[in-house]
Amino acid sequence: MLITGGRIVDPGRFVGIGDLLIDGGKIVAVGTGLSGPAGSLTIQANGRLVLPGFVDLHVHFREPGFEYKETIRSGSAAAVAGGFTTVCCMPNTNPINDNQAVTEFILERARLAGLANVLPVGAITKGSEGKELAEIGDLRRSGCVAISDDGKPVMNSLVMRRAMEYALAFDLTVVDHCEDLHLAEGGCMNEGLVSTELGLPGIPAAAEDVMVARNLSLAELTGARLHLAHISTAGSVRMVREAKSRGIHVTAEACPHHFLLTEEVVRGYNTHAKMNPPLRAWEDVQAIKGGLRDGTIDAIATDHAPHATQEKQQDFTEAPFGVVGLETALALTMGLVEEGVLSLEQAVEKLTSAPAAAFGLKKGTLAVGADADVVIVDQHEPWEVDPGKFRSKSRNTPFAGWKVKGRVQTTIVGGRLVFETGPSER
Amino acid sequence: MSLKRKDLLSLAPLSVDEITLILETADSFKEVTGRDIKKVPALRGRTVVNLFFEPSTRTRTSFELAAKRLSADVINFSPSASSVVKGETLLDTARNIEAMQADIIVLRHSSAGAAETLAQGVKSSVINAGDGWHEHPTQALLDLYTIRQRGMDFKGLRVAIVGDVSHSRVARSNIYALTKLGAEVRVVGPSTMMPWGIEKLGAKVYYDMDEGLRGVNVIMMLRLQLERQGRALFPTIREYTRLYGLTAERVRLADPGAIVMHPGPINRGVEIAPDVADSLSSVILDQVANGVAVRMGILYLMSGAN
Amino acid sequence: MTTPTNRPTERKDDKLVMDAGDIARALTRIAHEILERNKGVRNLALVGIRTGGVYLAHRLVKRIQGIEGVQVPSGELDITLYRDDLALRKNQPVLRKTSVPFDMAEKVVVLVDDVLFTGRTIRAAMDGLMDLGRPGEIQLAVLVDRGHRQLPIKANYIGKNLPTSREEKVQVLLEENGEEDRVVISKS
Repeated sequence: MLITGGRIVDPGRFVGIGDLLIDGGKIVAVGTGLSGPAGSLTIQANGRLVLPGFVDLHVHFREPGFEYKETIRSGSAAAVAGGFTTVCCMPNTNPINDNQAVTEFILERARLAGLANVLPVGAITKGSEGKELAEIGDLRRSGCVAISDDGKPVMNSLVMRRAMEYALAFDLTVVDHCEDLHLAEGGCMNEGLVSTELGLPGIPAAAEDVMVARNLSLAELTGARLHLAHISTAGSVRMVREAKSRGIHVTAEACPHHFLLTEEVVRGYNTHAKMNPPLRAWEDVQAIKGGLRDGTIDAIATDHAPHATQEKQQDFTEAPFGVVGLETALALTMGLVEEGVLSLEQAVEKLTSAPAAAFGLKKGTLAVGADADVVIVDQHEPWEVDPGKFRSKSRNTPFAGWKVKGRVQTTIVGGRLVFETGPSER
Repeated sequence: MSLKRKDLLSLAPLSVDEITLILETADSFKEVTGRDIKKVPALRGRTVVNLFFEPSTRTRTSFELAAKRLSADVINFSPSASSVVKGETLLDTARNIEAMQADIIVLRHSSAGAAETLAQGVKSSVINAGDGWHEHPTQALLDLYTIRQRGMDFKGLRVAIVGDVSHSRVARSNIYALTKLGAEVRVVGPSTMMPWGIEKLGAKVYYDMDEGLRGVNVIMMLRLQLERQGRALFPTIREYTRLYGLTAERVRLADPGAIVMHPGPINRGVEIAPDVADSLSSVILDQVANGVAVRMGILYLMSGAN
Repeated sequence: MTTPTNRPTERKDDKLVMDAGDIARALTRIAHEILERNKGVRNLALVGIRTGGVYLAHRLVKRIQGIEGVQVPSGELDITLYRDDLALRKNQPVLRKTSVPFDMAEKVVVLVDDVLFTGRTIRAAMDGLMDLGRPGEIQLAVLVDRGHRQLPIKANYIGKNLPTSREEKVQVLLEENGEEDRVVISKS
């Protein structure tokens, strides 16, 4: 396969108009004036961007156990439609992915779907109960690329310390969902003026900050590879910046809703604005943007969390936390480029090489010899977010109706075309 | 001037004119409740449904009486938690009721925002009779009516709201209404029970009850929910009562003509001493009586053709 | 006779049908008729229908006092809650005060209104009175009867019979409202 004439943006390697030659599922050449063997597929990418396939460190694919919300197949379809060729799925399925059997099941379902690379994240503790370590070595051997109890934090600091120490042996990144469950107790949105006016129990920013501080201390103590999931507060950004300046091995991700929306979106008791961590105050959003710009926050992840319509139609306090994100992340990230917060190269990096590096994955790059995971994007194409057209089974997004720019046109995984924007979408 | 709203969910968006209209309309209905025949045909043939997901004899009876005195047909629905367990959503329950031609639905629910969710989903008018910690508009309106009935002018009136403010829908509705009408509102209670940013809503915060009551014209006591004790909000009832209970001594710190109010039910001996509850300065029973007239006024104003 | 000055509420094609003098004479005649028919002031009471009828009722009470030297009991009735069109209106009309501070049992209650038109207001007023007590007898006094009854209602005392068409509008303007006393017809 040959992709010609597009603007290749492979951060740190090749940035410019050029051609990409793919063979045997790998990138074989990057440059100008390339040509492929006779009979091979040629894609004209003039006027478009040619990027490494995006890497999402944080999705919830709900299979096994909650297939009515999403399956690995529907989630993979949503992923490639959004330009994500590699996704890491969290273990809070039913049963929890704390053993080889569930890991292998997930990998098999992904293989059958034949779309994105779905890489499982294994649980830190058995049943994600936070008490006893899961068989982390076995999880690694079966194919897990990181460990996390996401959905929940590991509350017990001693257990977290042991997990970090143990994971070192397997070169595994430990991911924590930073939330002190006691401080957050009963809360369903950010604790602030809006929660006071709406009469809703709040989750203070301190609930996240307290755990970020703890995790950074433990990372310093153990030397482990720590990754902080979906940070949302100014305090978190400040502490991560400080820790990095002292050489602590920590990476962090932020989600589009945390760099675009504030707690004001909850007004009217909008359950599509309910997620954990919650939408915060304006100052926090500015801090997240600052953290993305100066590299404190390494990656943009979606925390794609599908829920069925009737579940989100409940009262605000009852509705489950979470919003989908795979199919809107690119356009929303491009918004940061247009706003001048990130350069195009930085934005691409945050979706590709940086997340890959956080988990030690050989993905997110167009280097010669790398897997041929490529996405072709029209940076300026305008479109309107219509949840009815999502490939995901679920429709819970706070961005419905938004007019955005930046569309995935073609997605290639392992040298195979797995997604193309159809004529009906134009 | 009329109330051009489909629903009454919250006092925050109401204008001073709208609040005044409701209070003046209640005057006419107070007169009706003073007659021998306490009934007028204004809502004849209309159906008012009391949809109470949280039990409340007091408020429900008040609405029922108000609707019946307006000659409306009244239906009381008290879905137990079981219908929610069966998976029927609030909206489904309400649509069933709407299909029965309910003109007005009065909703009490334990979740903040339930009234708004309901109002968006049905064509009937919805009156919020209390949604979680959020608001209880009709209670605040009858509180205002009771204050007005005593000849007190709202501008510059010093009102102290005492107790668990963060969990109180009565407090929120009253803060919105009183500040709008120009009163000086104080909130008094332990700092664990003060919601974030309450001063931004126009209320001055006092942790010292004696200071908070000094010179006030109206003391509004909130009910202490005893079951909250286990959640580390205050150490013991004994300590709470000593610091924030209303005693005759504390009433004397207020303005000589001050009135004592309470939305009920009272925890005698906890937030309010028995002798104070029974004393002349207490208008608690007036509040209950005024509740029917105020709710008649609201039902009347909300009953225009939709 | 003074020519009325052009006021903002009046337009050029408004027709004056009663001036202050006409109104005064009509009220005086009605006061005498009430006393004649009821043989004096015994058990007599007047209730004005809001809003126009209230001022006229007060004036009648004064005239009766001038004739018989007795101030008969009087009251004011707001009929809004008894209207038959409440269910049809988008916005509920503003309520005004009702006050009938005397026992109506065995009394002859004369309802007073400014204009009698379809008769629905009087029907509502009678229902209202019945809810307040049990009057011995109800009579009706109006300043202007403009015809077009939709209910079988008749006034006992009429200031002026005024033939009108349905679309026309009859206004009774009174000093108590800050206007010069007069009755005008306008083409709606």
